[in-house]
Amino acid sequence: MTHTQHRWGMAIDLDRCTGCAACVVACHAENNLPVSTPELAAEGRTAHWIRIDRYYQGEFPDVKVKYMPVLCQQCDEAPCEPVCPVYATYHNPEGLNVQVYNRCVGTFYCANNCPYTVRYFNWFAPQWPEPLPLQHNPDVAIRPGGVMEKCTFCIQRIKRSKEDAAQEGRPLADGEVRPACVQSCPAEAMVFGDLNDPESKVSRLAGNGRATKLLEELGTKPKVFYLHKAT
Amino acid sequence: MATAPDLLPYDRIRADLFRPLSRVSRRYMLATLIFFLVGAAGLVAWGFQLRRGMGVTGLQRPVFWGVYIVDFVFWIGISHAGTLISAILRLTDAAWRKPVTRAAEAITVFALMIGGMFPIIHLGRAWLFYWLLPYPNSRLLWPNFRSPLLWDLTAIVTYVTGSVIYLYLPLIPDMAQLAEHNTPWRRRLYGALSLGWTGSDREWHALERAMKLMACVILAVAVSVHTVVAWDFAMALAPMWHSTIFGPYFVAGAIFSGIAALIVAMGILRKVLHLESYLTRRHFDRLAKLLLLMSLLWLYFTMAENLTVWYGNEPKEMAVFGARTRGAYAPWFWTTVFLNFVVPFVLLGIRRLRTIAGATIASASVLTGMWIERFIIVVPTLANPRLPSASSFYRPTWVEAAITVATFAAMAMLFMIFAKLFPMIAVWEFQPHPQEDD
Repeated sequence: MTHTQHRWGMAIDLDRCTGCAACVVACHAENNLPVSTPELAAEGRTAHWIRIDRYYQGEFPDVKVKYMPVLCQQCDEAPCEPVCPVYATYHNPEGLNVQVYNRCVGTFYCANNCPYTVRYFNWFAPQWPEPLPLQHNPDVAIRPGGVMEKCTFCIQRIKRSKEDAAQEGRPLADGEVRPACVQSCPAEAMVFGDLNDPESKVSRLAGNGRATKLLEELGTKPKVFYLHKAT
Repeated sequence: MATAPDLLPYDRIRADLFRPLSRVSRRYMLATLIFFLVGAAGLVAWGFQLRRGMGVTGLQRPVFWGVYIVDFVFWIGISHAGTLISAILRLTDAAWRKPVTRAAEAITVFALMIGGMFPIIHLGRAWLFYWLLPYPNSRLLWPNFRSPLLWDLTAIVTYVTGSVIYLYLPLIPDMAQLAEHNTPWRRRLYGALSLGWTGSDREWHALERAMKLMACVILAVAVSVHTVVAWDFAMALAPMWHSTIFGPYFVAGAIFSGIAALIVAMGILRKVLHLESYLTRRHFDRLAKLLLLMSLLWLYFTMAENLTVWYGNEPKEMAVFGARTRGAYAPWFWTTVFLNFVVPFVLLGIRRLRTIAGATIASASVLTGMWIERFIIVVPTLANPRLPSASSFYRPTWVEAAITVATFAAMAMLFMIFAKLFPMIAVWEFQPHPQEDD
């Protein structure tokens, strides 16, 4: 490895995605997301750091459904960052768009300014039905009511892997860090890695002719690449 | 031609305007109590929201800004009554302004106090609002001055400070008069507040200069404040918010609703305080013409905003445009056009209808219309984000309604208390040659 700094990115192959939502479930378990109820869902109060958007092509009965997992795009020019008056959301040295829960006062401005609508608010103090509180991930903070949150690229796993590698005195291998969504995708549609390493799988996929970025025209410079056959 | 009150003897004016201060009727107490109770109910609703969480509002992803932000923009808009009317008229030496300015300046201060609360009511963790203030803190963090919310905070704090001074300065000679013969506690109050005013030539000149200066300053601040409020929206990368027209559009809308608020307040004061010979049809007529002008300007801005979007036909913007003009929010949009343009145009455009009652009705219509207009600006954009899967529909809850109604009651209550402490019309302005009096 020649570079010293990581720059994390993700590639999602939409031609592989079946819309099974395993990533959504895995994310909930990994990141201590509250479990919703039908009532809360009807009120639009659900939080999923990754969601599956569905696009329909054609007229019934000849309908084709396209699935698109949408998570925080970890923009390099993130519109959510400058608008926060208390620096609760900022860019970390590895290019991640980080949310500091303890700093957040809940102005909602970041969420308004996110063109991907991937920011979620804690409308109430989070609650889980028994026995789910017993399976909370100790590496992830439980967010109080009144703060904004969103996908972190499983920063706790990035940290763990880096520490493991450092302890064993070796560089971090490509594919060693796997966020929960990537790990759980049965179709292996999602790939995570270091965009600063030109040899990494994600870098190669990002350079693929099928790769596009979501709402690229806004100039937000997302670090999530969507691969799909040009139709 | 001199205005009507100028033809009255000064002693009569003095007696008329100081009279409401010493009399507290049973009806006054009852009305104040009712307003207080409605306001207190709003505080209870806010307490409930603080305890349970923001989920008690109708806000939901992606409509993160709702009625509270609408209220905020509305009240900051109302605050433009005082500064613009009173400052412009003061600077242009319009003699007819005399009975109007005090009420306008008071509206400004109270509307700002109320409007300034909404960004705090709206916070997810309202108890931490002071984290937005630049103060040395244990987190070693300076607030983020790149955020339009910080510009907003700076602008509003400046505006409140300026308007309080601007209301206070012309009160000084009146308070000095009030300190002369009064009940003991009032003597102490006015004596302290009038800062030892004796009415010497030097003091009059200093006051004159200070008021002129403040009028200039407050005009610039008022325009900038509402521009910055508009930029809270316009700086965001959201369809139909991200627009250069928002600054001037909001300033015009603010002056529009400010004049309307002033006319409504004058209509009520005239009846309640029996100021028929002070607030005459002439005053209403002039302000009504100003309101008509602003109504046309509002229509022009609304056209300019929507026509360019419609002609451009950009899909993301058209989703919002469609929601406004044809979709879920269309009834409100067209109500706005009716209340802000049709009603004032008919009532104020036809001379026969431009009476005191006509102007007051048109102003009430404009106030309602401008509140809904802010709703139409804030909500449809958020409800139709760029990725259509996240679209939703926002319906406010009783908590938001209770807090909104409470602020109107609070405004009425503050105004009523003010009317018992200070004369609603600047008395000294009618004094024949006050400078040479002593």
